[in-house]
This record gives sequence, structure tokens and C-alpha cells, in this order.
Amino acid sequence: MKRQHPVLTALLVLLFVALAAAPFIFPGTKSVATASRVCIFIVLAASYDILLGYTGIVSFAHTMFFAFGAYGVAIPLAAGWVGWDAVLVGTLGSAALAAAVSAAIALLSLRVQRLFFSMITMAVASFAQILATQLREITGGEDGLTFSLPAALQPGFRLLAEPIFGVRADGRLVGYYLTFFVALAMFWLMRRLVASPFGRVLQAIRENEFRAEALGYRTIVYRTTASAIAAAVAAVAGVLMALLLRYVGPSSTLSFDVMTDILLMVVIGGMGSLTGPALGAAVVVLAHYYLQPLMQAGHDALAGVPVLPNLVHPDRWLLWLGTLFVLIVYFFPAGIVGSLKRR
Amino acid sequence: MPNALLTFEGVHTHIGPYHILHGVDFAVPEGEVTMLLGRNGAGKTTALRSLMGLWKPNQGRITFAGRDISKLPTPEIARLGIAYVPETMGIFAALTVRENLLLATGPAGFQQDRLDTVLALFPVLGQKFAQAAGGLSGGQKQMLAISRAIIEERRLLVVDEPTKGLAPAVILHLIEAFQKLKAARTTILLVEQNFEMARALGDTVAVMEDGRIVHRGDMAALAADTGLQERLLGLSLAAHQ
Amino acid sequence: MNRLAPYLLLPAVMLAVMPFMSHSSWLALTVAGLAMGMMLFLMASGLTLVFGLMDVLNFAHGGFITLGAYLAVSVLGPLTGWVSSESWALNLLALLAAVLAAAIASGVAGLAFEAILIRRVYGSHLQQILITVGGLIVAGELIVALWGPQPLPLAKPAILRGSFLLFGATIETYRMAAVAVGLVVYAGMHALLNRTRIGLVVRAGVENREMVEALGYRVRRLFVGVFVAGSALAGIGGAMWAEYQELITPSIGGEMTILVFIVVIIGGLGSVSGCFTGAMLVGLAANYVGFLAPKLALGSNIALMVAILLWRPRGLFPVGGK
Repeated sequence: MKRQHPVLTALLVLLFVALAAAPFIFPGTKSVATASRVCIFIVLAASYDILLGYTGIVSFAHTMFFAFGAYGVAIPLAAGWVGWDAVLVGTLGSAALAAAVSAAIALLSLRVQRLFFSMITMAVASFAQILATQLREITGGEDGLTFSLPAALQPGFRLLAEPIFGVRADGRLVGYYLTFFVALAMFWLMRRLVASPFGRVLQAIRENEFRAEALGYRTIVYRTTASAIAAAVAAVAGVLMALLLRYVGPSSTLSFDVMTDILLMVVIGGMGSLTGPALGAAVVVLAHYYLQPLMQAGHDALAGVPVLPNLVHPDRWLLWLGTLFVLIVYFFPAGIVGSLKRR
Repeated sequence: MPNALLTFEGVHTHIGPYHILHGVDFAVPEGEVTMLLGRNGAGKTTALRSLMGLWKPNQGRITFAGRDISKLPTPEIARLGIAYVPETMGIFAALTVRENLLLATGPAGFQQDRLDTVLALFPVLGQKFAQAAGGLSGGQKQMLAISRAIIEERRLLVVDEPTKGLAPAVILHLIEAFQKLKAARTTILLVEQNFEMARALGDTVAVMEDGRIVHRGDMAALAADTGLQERLLGLSLAAHQ
Repeated sequence: MNRLAPYLLLPAVMLAVMPFMSHSSWLALTVAGLAMGMMLFLMASGLTLVFGLMDVLNFAHGGFITLGAYLAVSVLGPLTGWVSSESWALNLLALLAAVLAAAIASGVAGLAFEAILIRRVYGSHLQQILITVGGLIVAGELIVALWGPQPLPLAKPAILRGSFLLFGATIETYRMAAVAVGLVVYAGMHALLNRTRIGLVVRAGVENREMVEALGYRVRRLFVGVFVAGSALAGIGGAMWAEYQELITPSIGGEMTILVFIVVIIGGLGSVSGCFTGAMLVGLAANYVGFLAPKLALGSNIALMVAILLWRPRGLFPVGGK
């Protein structure tokens, strides 16, 4: 392993501490929800990095597997089967389904030119989105599904009678730490995976597919396995998202906007490092929350000028992150993490 | 060399991580046929591709008619009057024989006399004029590739192993065709493995090994010296003779 | 036979569905499918040529479609008088203005896009995909910033509204017009590719770019031209689609991109004939399936793509030589 840049280490430690103690450092429903989102997107972006950064596959269907997980728990919970067993069954079932579908897509696309893969995943993802809006009886259609959570996750639940460090030990706190520890476990597993011999073969394939094949590695098997694992982890992230929002709908899980977010996170943070996407996830989620008020201020300041106010309208935050994305692909293809490593 | 049309001066070329040409020096005199010989992997094809700008030389100069062309883009090099027939022939399979030839003509299209000359050289192409080039045999494709190179007046003809994989009868036909070009004082740079062809056509010769020129001289001298042939070109040569 | 099969697929599909519906429905659906196919062809042809010539896959192609659609709205808005006029000359003039504006705007945008983004990422598919997706995000946001996020209505010219009877089938006038325009463009493109020197160089370049350069053609410049023309065609397709829908949203380009991708995958990336056949197949399938089994309509294109890829992994008209 190359030695990590001290700034990078500091950023990662900061991120970890901030997330581990988020409910105590940043009390308040909104900040804790933001911290949960960061945890969830770290898992989602890192799982996407296994595809993009470690195998060089550009898939646009990753949100579909995220949605599998979200709908996987939402459907039983919304149907009235409220309990941890439902959550567990939904999680395992959707993760297995995600892995299977992902493997099937990977195998189909192996029959075709590699370049088709990205286009095919885009078509499949849009199909999934249409399916989710059309199968109203199951998915709630455009409106999505709202549901109750198991008792321990409800705001009224009290784990302890007394507050800890001034924070009520309610269902929200339990929910946050559930998210945090599941995310931590997933991230740790992925780190182990990419550091394992399996992960090293993936990197060898990314660097030189011919060579890897010549060395006797069946690249097909490795690629397919990698996409299956990435899909299963994305499904787990989807479960966490459903539990956080107590709602699942096509726009929050399946839309191209979510895919855009993931791409932004991985590219801004730095592909092929897992820690990069983790930082990227934090940056993008925080930008969602804090860039918008800033843009609102700019929007107000520019009132009366033609067109310009529209460019800094709070809803146009993606315009600026998109520009940042393009600039990073040009000038810092290795993202934050890679740029720190090079020094 | 007094009237060299083309010169290589200390040309180094890298392809990806591999250093292929290690300082190549040789010249192609105007109006003569220069043979570039050497074993497989000696760097002959790389030298020609470097000349055409298809791989950029990292160091050294390639001059054509007194002008350094080593930094020029491929189309500009070709426009100076260099016709190139790659080892892979570069035939457009989906286009007809006619269209393949037409691509190499100027904006005015075919000049009837040159077209007639070319079709007289390779009558089979006339018979298949309107057919897709993908349907031609290997030898016919090679004829088409050479025809395309001479359909317009060019200052230099660069041909990479025209006899590769062809039947002996076809090779004889090609030698005849090249002899006609030679008689017309066409400047030709020819890469060959077939020594018979080299002996029949070459005026001067350069021999490559491991990305360097290891011998330069008269073709006739090399043809007469079997010991030198053995040393420079190895046993693979005997098989051709 | 095997080589002819892709050509026969289109009539075979048309004939195969005939027994399942009345003749008048069949005719109406076929016209609708072909109309949709023609518009898809306009949108997809540039993408497939750009890929064939320079091995560049542009995920932002849908942006030009969106731009064309919005330009049509902006031009037709002030021309309402002409659009709703009784005079067919004014009708057509308005339509022509809209289509021309769409073509010019998309073409200019394509020129800028090529110069700013595409030029720097030759040879790396990964970077191409990422950078063009980034470009798509920015382009989409710019369009919303300029025209707003709300859906915008636009009206068809008066003469192209309504429908007429043909062999007992009700045919929407606009669809027939779309088929006509599409055929004209296809014929023009066909003539350009097969009858001119530029077309010859493009066809050769799709097969072997290096050799074309070694023959002295500046393929880079040619590519810019093809990129601009492809963007302009996408803009025209977008404008025509907008008028067909009579309502546009910023997501129009994204939605069409999916169909355009399916079209070029089915046809074989790089092939114009394949693109045409693929576009017709997608248009027909959408309409036939939408009529026979509305519930399956949404999946019909995906199913079509999967089926064709299983049959011919490189599409109906694979482009070889690279």
C-alpha cells in the first residue's frame, strides 16, 4: 500500500468522527438526516466505485439496484408486515435479486461489444423506472409507498429514559446508528474485497484486459462477480434509504438524478479508491444542503439582471456541480483522493 | 547521398511503453527503388508508419524533399505526394473497387490515361470494377492496394510487404508490375521478406535489426554476397530462395 | 439469405402483425410507427455516424434533441398568427422557420460541444462517457435556466392538424408529413453518402480511419462537419417530435436518448442503413405492441433490443474493419 497523504488521512478521520458522533455534534432532525444520507451515499458511491474504478465498467443501472433494496423493504412494510423479520427478508431478498439481475445483465452484455454495456444499462434503468411507475398495485406508482417502521425505529420509542449527553435516546437515534453501523460494515467489507486477491485481479483487468486474460484469469467471471457484489451492496444502501425516509418512490430511488449524484460523488472524490467516493458522497450531500441557500443569496442579489439569476437559481445547483464534474474529468481525473496522492 | 528524396536521421519511435526504433538512419534516392529488409520484428513496419505519421517519432528527423515531416499529421504527409500501401493493405471492404481507387484521385476524379494504365497492369480489377472490394481474393486486394497508390502521380511510393501470404504466381505478377514502375523511374521504398523480389527490384538496400539499420549499400552487392545475406537476414531467407 | 435477413426483417414484422388486427388499424398503426421511426432516425443518424467515423460515443446527444425542441417552441410562439393561419404557405413558412432555427442552434451547439469537450477525449471511452454525461447534465440545466422547468405547449400548423381517411383508416396528417420529411432526409443522406466525394470519404473513414488519413484526407475536419450535421439533424428531429407531442418538458432529450440508443444498438453502431432499419423497427414495435398489448408496450423496445442482440450481438448491420 502506498502511504496516504496526511491531508487525506485527516479528512477521512474528520469524516469518520463527524459521522460517528453526528447526533451529538449536530443535534436536530435535519442534521441527523443529512448525516444518515452521507452514510447511505458513502455505501452507494463506494459500491459503484467497485464497478467504475476497479473494473472500468460504466453502468447506468446502479440506481436500479438501489431501488430494489428500497422497494424490497418498503413493499412488505407497506403491506402491513411491520417487523424486523420483514426488514431482514426484504434486505436479503432484494440483495439476492439485485445480484442475480446484475449478473444477468453483465452476462448478456458480454455477448456484445463492451461499449454497448453502458447504453444497455441506461435502457434497462429507464425500463425499471417505467415499471416502478406502472405496477401501481405493488409499487404505489408515481406516488410511491409510505409505511410504518418497526417500533424501535419510531420517533416515539425510548431506548433509555434519560437523555445521553443531552440527546434523547429515541427511535431516530437508534435509526441513525443502525444506518451508521451497517454503512461502516459495508464499507469495511468492500475495503477488504478490493484489497483481497480478487480485488487485485479486478485492477489487473482494468489496467490491461488482454494481459489479465493471458495470465489465465477468466475476466468474464471476475467482471460478473464484481457487478453482482456491487449490486447487492447498492440494494443494502437502498434498504437504509427506505428506512430513513419511511417512503419510497421512483424519483427518490430510480431517477437519473440519483445516478447523476452517484457519478458526481465517485468522480469528484476519485475513482478506484473507495475512500474517494466516501469523501465525494459527503461533499455532494452537503452541497445539496448548503449550496442551495448560497445560490438563493446569489439569485436574490442578481434580481433584475436578465438570465443570470436563472443560472444561480437554487434549483440549478446541478449546473454548477455538473460543470465541476466536467472540469474534474479533464484536469483531475483521479479526483480529490488522486490529487492528494500525487503530491 | 546527393539527391535523396527521403531521409531518416536518428529516428526513435516508442509505441506505448515499448521502444521500437533506436535511431534509424537511411536515405531513399530519387528515381530509385530502395529495399528495406530485415527479419520479422526488426522494426520495418514501424519505420514506415513513423514516416507516415501514423506513429509519431519521439526523436530524430524524417525529411521529405528537404522538409522535416516528422511532426506533421498523417494527411499533410500524404499530401506532399507520398502514397502508402500498409502491410494490411487498407482496402475498404464495403466500397467497390472503383470507389477504392477513386478515393486516391484528386478532386477531378479519374484521369483516363492513368486509369487505363493501371487497369492494363491488373486487368482483373477492371473486370471487378463495380464489385465490393471485400469480395476480392488476397492477391487481388494487394493489386488494388498498389493500383490505388499509383492511380495518381506521386513522388514516392511506400509499400509494406506486398508479397506477404500470396501465391507464387501472383508474386511474379506483382514483380512484373513493380518492374514497370521502376522502368518509369518511380521512387519506391519497399519493405520485403521475399528476397527474390528484392533482388529483382532493388537499387539500394537498407537492412534493419532490432530497430536499427545494420547495413546499407547496393542491392546488387548484397545479392552477390551470400555470406552477408546469411549474417544479416538469417536462415529464414534460405526458405524463400 | 443470412446477409439479406436484416433487410427482410422490416416487412416481415409488418406482415406478421397483420392477422391480429383489422386492415384499417394496421394501416394507421404502420403509418404511426413509420412516422415515429422517421423522427427517431433523424435523431439517431448523427450519433451512429459520429461513432463510426471517430469511435466517439456521445451520451449528450439527447441535449441537441432537447435544444431543437425548445427552439421550435421559441420560434413558433411569436409566429402563432402564421401557425393558425388558413394560408398553408404561412403554415409551412412557420414550420420551416422552426425547423431551420432548431437545426442551426443544435448545429452551433454541436460545434461548440465538439471543440470544448469531445476534442480532448479521443481514444478513451471511459472519459468520453463521463465527460459527455457531464456535458448532458450541464446542457440540461442550461436549457431549464433559459426556458424554465415547466412543460411548454406548442401548436401544430393548421394544415398538419387533424386527420384524413385512407383505405378506411384514419391517418393523422402530421404523421404522414413526418414520414415524408423523414424519407426526404434519408434519401438526401443516402445520396450524399453514396454519390459524393465527401460521402465516399465518410464511408471509407467509418471502415478504416487511419487509411483514409494516409490517403491525404483530413478526417479530423470531416469529423467536425459530421458532428455538426449530426447535431443539427438531432435538433430537427427534436423540433419535429415536439410538434408531434404538442407539449415539451426538459426531459424530452433524456427520454428520446434511451430510444436512440436502442435504435443504434439494434442497427449496429456506425451503420446508417442499420440506424434506419432500427429506427423503423422501434417505431413500429412501439405502435403495434401499444395496440395489441398496451401493458407490454413499455417493455417492447427493451425486449426488441435483447432479442436482436441475442440473434446478432453486433446489431443488424455490423460495421467491421476496425
